[in-house]
Parts: sequence; C-alpha cells; structure tokens
Amino acid sequence: MKREKTLGWIIGILAVLASVVVFLVPFAFILVIAAKTAPEAANLDFTWPSQWVLWDNIRTVLTTRNFIVLRAFINSTTLTVFSVGIMVVVSAMVGYVLQRRRSRWNALVNFLVLAGLIVPPALVPTIWVLEGVGLFRTMLGLILVEVAFGISFCILLFRAFIATIPRDLDEAAIIDGAGPARLFFRVIFPLLKSVIVTVVIVQSVAIFNDFANPLYFLPGDENATVQLTVFNFQSQFSTQYNLLFADILLITIPPLLLYLFLNRRIVEGVTAGAVKG
Amino acid sequence: MASTITADVRTESSTATRPQRKRHSPYPLWFYLPAAILFIVLFAVPTFASFYFSLTRWTLSETEFIGLDNFRQFFSEPFLLQGFINTFVYAFFTSGAKVVLGLLLGLLLTSRIIARGYLRSVVFFPVLVSTIGVGITFKILMDPFDGLINKTLAVFGIAGPGWLTNPDLALYSVALIDIWKGVGIATLIYIAGLVGIPQEYYEAAKVDGASKWKNFWHITLPLVMPATATVILLSLIGGLRSFELIWATTGGGPGFASDVIGSLIYKQYQAGFYGLSTAGNVVLFVVVAAVIVPINIFLSRREVAS
Repeated sequence: MKREKTLGWIIGILAVLASVVVFLVPFAFILVIAAKTAPEAANLDFTWPSQWVLWDNIRTVLTTRNFIVLRAFINSTTLTVFSVGIMVVVSAMVGYVLQRRRSRWNALVNFLVLAGLIVPPALVPTIWVLEGVGLFRTMLGLILVEVAFGISFCILLFRAFIATIPRDLDEAAIIDGAGPARLFFRVIFPLLKSVIVTVVIVQSVAIFNDFANPLYFLPGDENATVQLTVFNFQSQFSTQYNLLFADILLITIPPLLLYLFLNRRIVEGVTAGAVKG
Repeated sequence: MASTITADVRTESSTATRPQRKRHSPYPLWFYLPAAILFIVLFAVPTFASFYFSLTRWTLSETEFIGLDNFRQFFSEPFLLQGFINTFVYAFFTSGAKVVLGLLLGLLLTSRIIARGYLRSVVFFPVLVSTIGVGITFKILMDPFDGLINKTLAVFGIAGPGWLTNPDLALYSVALIDIWKGVGIATLIYIAGLVGIPQEYYEAAKVDGASKWKNFWHITLPLVMPATATVILLSLIGGLRSFELIWATTGGGPGFASDVIGSLIYKQYQAGFYGLSTAGNVVLFVVVAAVIVPINIFLSRREVAS
C-alpha cells in the first residue's frame, strides 16, 4: 500500500512536469511574445519580456486597420449567438418529436441525422445554393449554414435527454388542455435546461473557432470573423510577432473563460456527445 | 452516464407501442419543418448537386458537361493524387496515435496519482482553443531556425529537422499538432469508459492471481472497446475531413507535400475550377463513406459479440 502511494507521487510529479513542457509552454509562449515589444519579439525567444507591454499591444491590435479586430469580435459574437440560438430551438423540436412519436418518418430522420454527422459538406454547391437564394456573402447566410451543419449533433443530444423525461408529464399537460406547441414550449422545453447548456457550450466553442465556413461563405474584410483576422494577420504582421500573438491571445480568452467557469459542463457535453455520436 | 441514457432509450422505445391518436397527435410532425428546411436546402441539396457539378466545367454562372474528366484529372495529376494519399496517411496516423495515447492517458488519469484534476484540465484545454491559433503558434514553434523546439534541441546538441519545411516530414508534423490538440477528447472518452468498468472483474481476477498485464489485456482492453470504437470513428471522420490545421500551418506545402483533399478543394475553388473542386468534394464523400461505414459495422458487431 505504502509503495503504491509513493509510486503515485513519483508518476504524478513526472506527469505534471511532462504536462508543463508539452501543454503549458505553448500557451506561456503566446503570452510572453504578446507582452513584448516588436524588436524584442522578433527573435522569438521564450524569455520574460524586459518591458511588459501586453496592454499596449492588445490596444494596437484592436484599433489597427480601422478597428477590424473589434468589428471581427462583433461579427463572431453575432454569428455564434444567432447560430446557437436557432440551432437549439429547431433541433430540440426535432429531438422531441423523434423521441416521442413513432411514425414512418423516424427511420428517414434518423438516417439523415447520421448522414449529417458523417458526410462532409459540399462546399462550392452550397455557395451555389446560397447565391440562388441571395444569401451568399451575408451574415444571415453563414448563420443558416452553421445551423444546417450543426443540427445533427444537437438532435442526438436532445433525443437522448428527452428519453429521460417521463411521458406522464406530457399526459398531465394534455389533460389540462395544453396544445402541442404549448406542451412543448411551456412544459418540456424548460425541463431541457441542462442539456441546452451543454449544447450551447459545445456549439458556441465550435462556431466561434470555426474557420472553414466563414472562409467559404462569408469572404471579405468587412465581414471577417476573428479566426479570419488572425489568419490574415499572419502575413500582415510577419515582422510584428507581438501583435500576431496578442491577437491569438485575444481569441483564446473566450474559450479559456468558458472553461474556467464551466469545466464540468464542457467535459460532460463532449463525452455525452461523443459517446452518442 | 452515456450507458444509462442508451438504456433509457431502449426501455422507452419498447414500451412506446401504445396506439397513436390518429388525428391530433400531441407530437406534430410540423416540428420537423424548420430543421428540415434548413437541412435540405443547405446540406442535402448541395450534396446531391455536387454529384452533377463534379461532372462539369463550372463557373457558377455556366456549366459544361464533361463527363468524368474531373475525376480522371484528379487521379492522374501527381499533386492531386498525392493529396488523396496524404488524406489516408494523415487520418490513420492521427487516429492510431489518439487511440494509443488516449488510452494511456486515460489509464494514467484514472489511476492513483497526484494532481489528477490539474492533469485532466490541462490535457483537455487545447480541444477548446481555435485551430487557427494553435496552427499559427506551432508554425512558429516549429520554425527550423528561430523556433523554440529546435532551439531547445540545439541546447542538447541535436540539430532539429525542418518540421514543416521538409517535404518528407511536413505532413507528419501537422499530424503531431493535430494529435496535441485532439488527444484530450480521446482521453476523456477513455476516462468515461474506464470508470464504467465494474470493479468486480478486477477483484475476481485478483483472487485468481492474475498479473497487471493480464488484467489489462483480458479485462480492461475488451471492456473499454466501446470507447475505442468511438475514438476511432470520431478521429477518422475528423482526420479525413481535415483542412483548417493544414491550411494554417503549411498551406499544403512545401510544394504539395502536405496537401489533403480538404485543402485541394479549397485551392481549386480559389483558382476558379469549381467543377474540379466539387469533384474533390465527391471524392472526399466517397472516401469518408468507404472508410467509416465498414468500420462502423465491424465495430458495432464486435461490441454486440462481447
């Protein structure tokens, strides 16, 4: 027993040391480079900044090129909030009926959900459809695309969770005279709170970090999301690593905050989603 | 947690055979409608359209039917063929590594060591960080001369390779970054699987005097099989479809050494070859289906068997 305990200590310490080198150094590197002056950052040394100018760098990044990064944050927030909001409502509705009602549509819907998880989206034809309906290069178009690509995953989570809500509840509400819409939005939907939190977190992170879809469906500087600005800064700021890394730091902060406050929720969501998928 | 959910689904569906009220179901089918419209218009229609457009020379305004020329080109141009092969190499390499490392980390983080909570958090955090941010950071860390990795190796007298600039190495270097970023999910799935193994098995084995190695081989590994199946499927789907990380680190280079189908689709789209780009999409679709469907069937059969 005692031997096992010391072994636990030794292995633990080794693991912590390895984790610092492998996982923490890259993030510390981002931070120190982002805090340096441009000439000092240029040689990319992993050293403590002689002058700590993190705030100045962040201010420069946010105001550069007529506030493009600030506007990108607004764009990314708009995209994330609306996509996730729509996704939650429409996929909860599907998950609910799919779980509660046996109909000949079930097999088809289940098949489409699975297809939505596996099949890679056809990118140029999606642009063609968006042009056809006049939504290419618009924020609304991108929002709807994100919803269409993300609902499969959400439907699976909702269906699994709704299976745990007893049907007696539905029946009681029906006897009380609730119609279908009222039954769902007033009785069932509020009970989904915990799975909604999970869906919101997982999808917010995915959409906020998404690069490929904005690249294809919402090109152009004025619409750029934060991921696109970082990518574009790569060539612009190739001599000013401090600003490039300040921008990377900025886009890392939202997920970091989410993780610090909602660690357990995220872990639950990812495993539940993964195991279901 | 996940297993209780599936159990509930099963009991639910077996008791749900009561007769449906024909006319006024409390669960109206129009609830499908909003999601169905979005899914059909923006996902299903483009997918079906891609089969047609892949057979054309296409400029969004004009299409000219050219039969299988795009596919012929895809498999005859060396750089396109290279991207096709790279896609498999990348997907299987990252998937295999995530299975092995995820299981090892899962075992480590469910054993009795100190700082478990910290280690779990730190292994998982990169999953949440933007792929572009990670890609650019590692591109700089892996710089052959100024990069932190090679500078550190130089301290020990090792001449580090050109991680992302050596054509033979670039694809694997990107794959390493992918593993760094994605191993947290695999670890989490394995932790959930390992925690779910009933302790009685190990106690029974202890009575029989089984060694640790035998425990692992005959109890842990078979019983953690559902988690392994999940990790394999998720990482293969992700690996075959990968684009962002490669685009942020090498852009498919040097030359075309680290191109995959995902990056070729974008390059052809940028160059205005929409038909060829869409043919790439169809190839990717076939590749994903051809890899995932058989593995899925095989793995679910094994699960039932065990």
